[in-house]
Amino acid sequence: MADAISVRGLVKQYGPVTAVAGIDFSVAEGTVFSFLGPNGAGKTTTTEILEGLRRASSGEVRVLGLDPWTDGRELHRRIGVIPQDFRFFDKITPKESIEYYRALFHTQVDPTALLAQVELSDKANARYDTLSGGQKQKLGLALALTNVPEICFLDEPTTGLDPHARRAIWEVIRRLKREGRTVFLTTHYLEEAELLADRVAIIHHGQIIASGTPQEIIRAHGRPARMRVDGPPSIAEYLRSHLGLPVDASDGRVEVDLARKEDALRVLEALQASGLPWSSFATEQDTLEDVFVRLVGRMDDGAIKSEAAP
Amino acid sequence: MNPRHVAADFRVVARSYLRNSAALFFSLFFPIILILLFGAIFSNAGSTTVSVEVLNEDHNSPASQAFLAALSNTSIVSVHLVNVSTVDPAGFAAWLGQNGYAVGLVVPLGFQANYTNHTPVNLTLYTNPENPSAAGAAEGAVQGVANAFNLRAANGSAIVGLGPGATVGSQIYTYIDFLIPGLIGFTILTSPMFSMVDITNSYRKDGIFRELSLTPLTRAEWLTSRVIWYVLLSFVTAGIMIVTGVALYGAHVLLTAGLIPYLVVGPFLFVSLGMLAGSIAKTPESAAIIGNIITFPMMFLSGTFFPVSSFPTWLQPVAEVLPLYYVIDGMNQVMLFSNASRAAFDLAVVLVIAVAIFLLAIRFFRWRDE
Ligand SMILES: Nc1ncnc2c1ncn2[C@@H]1O[C@H](COP(=O)(O)OP(=O)(O)OP(=O)(O)O)[C@@H](O)[C@H]1O
Ligand SMILES: [Mg+2]
Repeated sequence: MADAISVRGLVKQYGPVTAVAGIDFSVAEGTVFSFLGPNGAGKTTTTEILEGLRRASSGEVRVLGLDPWTDGRELHRRIGVIPQDFRFFDKITPKESIEYYRALFHTQVDPTALLAQVELSDKANARYDTLSGGQKQKLGLALALTNVPEICFLDEPTTGLDPHARRAIWEVIRRLKREGRTVFLTTHYLEEAELLADRVAIIHHGQIIASGTPQEIIRAHGRPARMRVDGPPSIAEYLRSHLGLPVDASDGRVEVDLARKEDALRVLEALQASGLPWSSFATEQDTLEDVFVRLVGRMDDGAIKSEAAP
Repeated sequence: MNPRHVAADFRVVARSYLRNSAALFFSLFFPIILILLFGAIFSNAGSTTVSVEVLNEDHNSPASQAFLAALSNTSIVSVHLVNVSTVDPAGFAAWLGQNGYAVGLVVPLGFQANYTNHTPVNLTLYTNPENPSAAGAAEGAVQGVANAFNLRAANGSAIVGLGPGATVGSQIYTYIDFLIPGLIGFTILTSPMFSMVDITNSYRKDGIFRELSLTPLTRAEWLTSRVIWYVLLSFVTAGIMIVTGVALYGAHVLLTAGLIPYLVVGPFLFVSLGMLAGSIAKTPESAAIIGNIITFPMMFLSGTFFPVSSFPTWLQPVAEVLPLYYVIDGMNQVMLFSNASRAAFDLAVVLVIAVAIFLLAIRFFRWRDE
């Protein structure tokens, strides 16, 4: 599959501040790519460079085969954008806004259908300045879709939305993907990225510190799967001596690292055989969020290591 | 320039404007208020009469009554007789002051007897120095009637008289006649200037320009739709002001098609100038300052409230470098003087400046900083 977006050695400096410090990535056509990172990591800066709103200090950027900075006009016809802080004309309603964009882009979308898709039908005729934050955000999404874009750039589209509205936006993103369109999604909700994204990249201090599918990242940077047993500390002693697996005990719970999935069975058999009083067990696995927090935290402690084991 | 884009953007402009009550007030009611205010201040001076409280101590005499009737007939003053039994002549001045009267007149006892005997008799006129115009009018009227009485008593005949009153013809212009083109010019200047400076800043700050930069709308299209809106608005406000001025103050204006080019080119010029001012400024504060520096001299020195010909001679050349001067002078030429050649010259000046400013505005205006 061709790359919808490709970035090589991208650097962006604001005077003395280096917001993006040499990043490489590419996004395949028809996939959802999620760009993650803490506040000030350089996500919006990168996104705006891809959209042709900012000029790269150095590096090579191609979006739909175009240089966003020099071919902006052509590119803008083919992409849809929700900026992080979307704002629009105070006195204009969502329906009128879509009609406006439709006339500018010469497209035929039906405002009513588009508003229904982002679940904003009930506010179709309410002036922008009377909309809630989430409703404004939904209007931003609807406008981004007015020109039937090949790539959608969504910079934190679900921030500030209620759980129901977030799911509506997720549905829109899934549908875009089904239609073969590419989505570039920035978010602070890690489970959202895990759920929607084909690939993610985590950026921190302007550098990409992890990238791949969510599962690849969890495998590479997360801790192994664990089995947690609630019971007396003597269980930890017993399991350590009988199984030879790393066991951790604190606060009346015992955690055993599982190197392979058969280890889970061995732990349960050993527990049964021990005759010790245990009440319950559960297996645990790192989520993207756990990995994110650990990776970013470790970077901030200055201990940049490539391997995960503690 | 794509007409569909301009039309779509125009709808946004018009709706935003019509739904903004402050903007509507300033463009529709403010002109009326201006006309009412300036019209009232400057065109009513001759039509009000001065009230004179008269204490007629000789109140039963035909001579004193004839004198007061003549005074009343001047229509400069209106005579109010004061009841002699309630007001003490010695305390008349104090009484006038207490009751807030500006002018009082005492006709002394024995007025008739003295008049028929040709003995000098003095009327006493009380005036309030804080109200010099009333004092002057009353003094003039009393003096005039007294002169007539003196002449009659001496059996003299008047040498110099005033013929039957002539009505003010269309060749004589009153202040309100100048005021209408002036105030039309004032709104053509102020309403686009202030709102364009404001809009260029708030749209930049809110990222709306950045948003628009992602659409096929061009800067020239954006500016054009606003020019069209303010042209329409100038027709509406000019209409309102002309109707108000003519209906309330009897202004004399010629309504010719020659007015139309000014109502088109004027807003074209000032929308562009407002956008230019808003674009070259880096911050909202400096934009407001630049806007005011450009607007204020024009607001007062271009013949808006007073004809430039009434300015001191050293100030008149200053007016002639202000673009609004040519808009207002041109409108004066077509609405008052029917001077087509000077009107055409004024229009040419405005058009050249407008085109230049429009091009500069498009050149300096950026959808975004980077
Ligand atoms: N216009 C600017 N001028 C100077 N510095 C800027 C500018 N915009 C962003 N920065 C800096 O660049 C860095 C990256 O900012 P950016 O907006 O890309 O972060 P982000 O990852 O989008 O953060 P967030 O999650 O808070 O939106 C930050 O340190 C920020 O202070
Ligand atoms: Mg951001």
